[in-house]
Amino acid sequence: MRGRPHLFTSYQSEMRLLPTTTKRVAMALLMVILVLLPLHALPFFGFLGDSDWLLLIDRMLVFAIAALGLNLLTGVAGQVSLGHAFFMAVGAYTAVFLGGESGNTIWGLGLPIWIWLPAAGLAAALIGILVAPTAVRVRGLYLAFVTLGLVFIGQYIWRNIGAIAGGPTTGRVWPEFEFALWRGDPIISFTTDGLWFNVNMIDKAKIYYVLLGLVILFAIMAKNLMRTRVGRAWAAIRDRDIAAEVMGVAEAKAKTQAFAISSFYAGVAGALLGTVFGRLIPETWNLLLSIEFIAIILIGGAGTITGTLLGTVFVVMLPRVVEDFTVWLASQAESGGAFSSIADMVIATGSDDFGVISTAAAGPGLSIFQLNIALFGVLIIVFLIAEPLGLYGIWIRIRNYWKGWPFTY
Amino acid sequence: MIGLAFFAQTGVATGVDKLINTLGSGIALGAIYAILALGFVIIFKATQVVNFAHGGIAAFGAYMVVYFATVLNVPGKWLGFLPFWAQWTMSAVLAVLVTALLGVLIERVVIRPMIGKALFAVAMITLGVDLVIRTITVDLMGNQSRGLGDPWGAGSFEVGQLRIAHTQVVTIAVAFAAVGALAWFFKTKTGTAMRATAFDQEAAMAQGINVGKVFAIAWAIGAALAAIGGIFSSVFPRGAAGVTPFTALIAFRAFPAVIIGGLDSITGAIVGGMIVGLAEVFTASYLGSVSWLGTGFSGIVAWLLMMVILLVKPYGLFGTEEVRRV
Repeated sequence: MRGRPHLFTSYQSEMRLLPTTTKRVAMALLMVILVLLPLHALPFFGFLGDSDWLLLIDRMLVFAIAALGLNLLTGVAGQVSLGHAFFMAVGAYTAVFLGGESGNTIWGLGLPIWIWLPAAGLAAALIGILVAPTAVRVRGLYLAFVTLGLVFIGQYIWRNIGAIAGGPTTGRVWPEFEFALWRGDPIISFTTDGLWFNVNMIDKAKIYYVLLGLVILFAIMAKNLMRTRVGRAWAAIRDRDIAAEVMGVAEAKAKTQAFAISSFYAGVAGALLGTVFGRLIPETWNLLLSIEFIAIILIGGAGTITGTLLGTVFVVMLPRVVEDFTVWLASQAESGGAFSSIADMVIATGSDDFGVISTAAAGPGLSIFQLNIALFGVLIIVFLIAEPLGLYGIWIRIRNYWKGWPFTY
Repeated sequence: MIGLAFFAQTGVATGVDKLINTLGSGIALGAIYAILALGFVIIFKATQVVNFAHGGIAAFGAYMVVYFATVLNVPGKWLGFLPFWAQWTMSAVLAVLVTALLGVLIERVVIRPMIGKALFAVAMITLGVDLVIRTITVDLMGNQSRGLGDPWGAGSFEVGQLRIAHTQVVTIAVAFAAVGALAWFFKTKTGTAMRATAFDQEAAMAQGINVGKVFAIAWAIGAALAAIGGIFSSVFPRGAAGVTPFTALIAFRAFPAVIIGGLDSITGAIVGGMIVGLAEVFTASYLGSVSWLGTGFSGIVAWLLMMVILLVKPYGLFGTEEVRRV
């Protein structure tokens, strides 16, 4: 059957994760790249091992876990949720309550990671199960408003439980990334620089490997869910809920499963986000965070694992790329290089200068932060109008083009 | 925060006076929500688009008033002989018209290509539009609060302990005028065409109705109402400081009003707006000092109400129940 990628002789072979040699080789190559990434070992892209880039990549990996969860709920099961930030917050605050240090005004039990990380997921899943009956009763866009309400109600709660969430402006410190059997000194700490497997690496590189493992684990879990009974039931409900019920899919059960599992992903991701960043304020879990995840699955391609991961890379990396590009443009405008006249039109350096992007603290022109938010909006619009399948759809089209090459007609 | 402003205004009086003051504030706030909800419902009914950008459009409208009335002084610059309130009203009307244009622009550029696509996809597009409009508006405002320069200020009518702000009276009057104008509009030829389009787009087209034009008009009306709501959200007592980067979020609180009334019901929008407005002001006024509720409870009471009502009536109080066919 070699060389005939679309000839399947059994259901098992069609459902395989990596059906062709090409895919196996590509995946192996990707794995090698991912392992070498934080070690400054990649040609041309060695800078990704720098501390600031690694922090961004760690954040990207955490976002990937949450996005995989939202993809299961919205992309596969078709339940529109704007409340992902809320479920992440539930997980994050469970984690910080169980794992954080207690102080004068804040509570924390100081338990180790193997308790607070699963507990974060489970607590979020429990809240997800509580919300699920609403999803059974309320349909379509009404559900979007219910989940939108969750974000606002959540923010009110987080602002008012100072004992767990810390102050509205100060937040609190999340437990460190380290493994211990019980309270006390950790057996493995991921937050110290040093030798690891005879390789010298910084703390963020260690965290990177742990998170990478978790992302792979969660991605395979999501893929397995999608290609077995549960996932098929979700897809059936997404495509036509009544038809699915007629065919014997228990709607309430499937929707509850979708909410529970999606929230589990979100809860774990929320806990990890706190741990990676150290300190978070209640304002973190706002609507913009939810929209970011919606943007990820829409830009990446709803209902696909590859698309979700591509979308995460795109959405998380975009602000940094824009920022670096802006800094480069500003330097061009000042140095009077080849692009200086164009750069000068785009960049506003002071309050008296006009430009679309501003590097000054105040004055006309969008700041880099504002520019990024506006870009998200534009990208959501452009992708939905021009390529509803997202980056994944673009990739499929490129692949299909080369499949027929040179006989493309 | 907004709840606190109300509390300060109604908290002086006690007993029946307090009740009446709270009722007045509640109806005034309800009128704002009703105006916002009306715009939302008209867009949804006529074009089947859930407009998440409503808050952004409302803030844009309020900002346009700042721009026309205080920065450019248009058209007051050329009409100096008119009294101040007339100049300001003309600036406001101009701002509402510009916002209506923005609505038409949004419809033409990003909504029109999505006709026939899933409701969810179109709703997400408006979410994207909201991000763009809000960012640009906030940037134009310079990320600070800007007064609208309205002629009423913080003045109020007072009879003993009873008091109602001038702006609140104007809000209620404008809401009545808006509802009346809409009732008239739906009787006109264009309005009838819009009702036909809302009922069945294909059948409306078959009758020779220009559905594209109806969509544009619906967005213009929706955006104009959003702008009016935005303006009254940015004057005393609701937004004493004027339009702020958070003004757009006020419209987010009109969403529960829409859902409580039912996504596709004009009556529902008005009733829902009133319910949400009254609930918010009454919680701020009577539960504002209950310590275990913490701060900001009045801001989410609308969402809680919405969830409870949705569990009992999944399509809101007046919404059309979806007929589910296989």
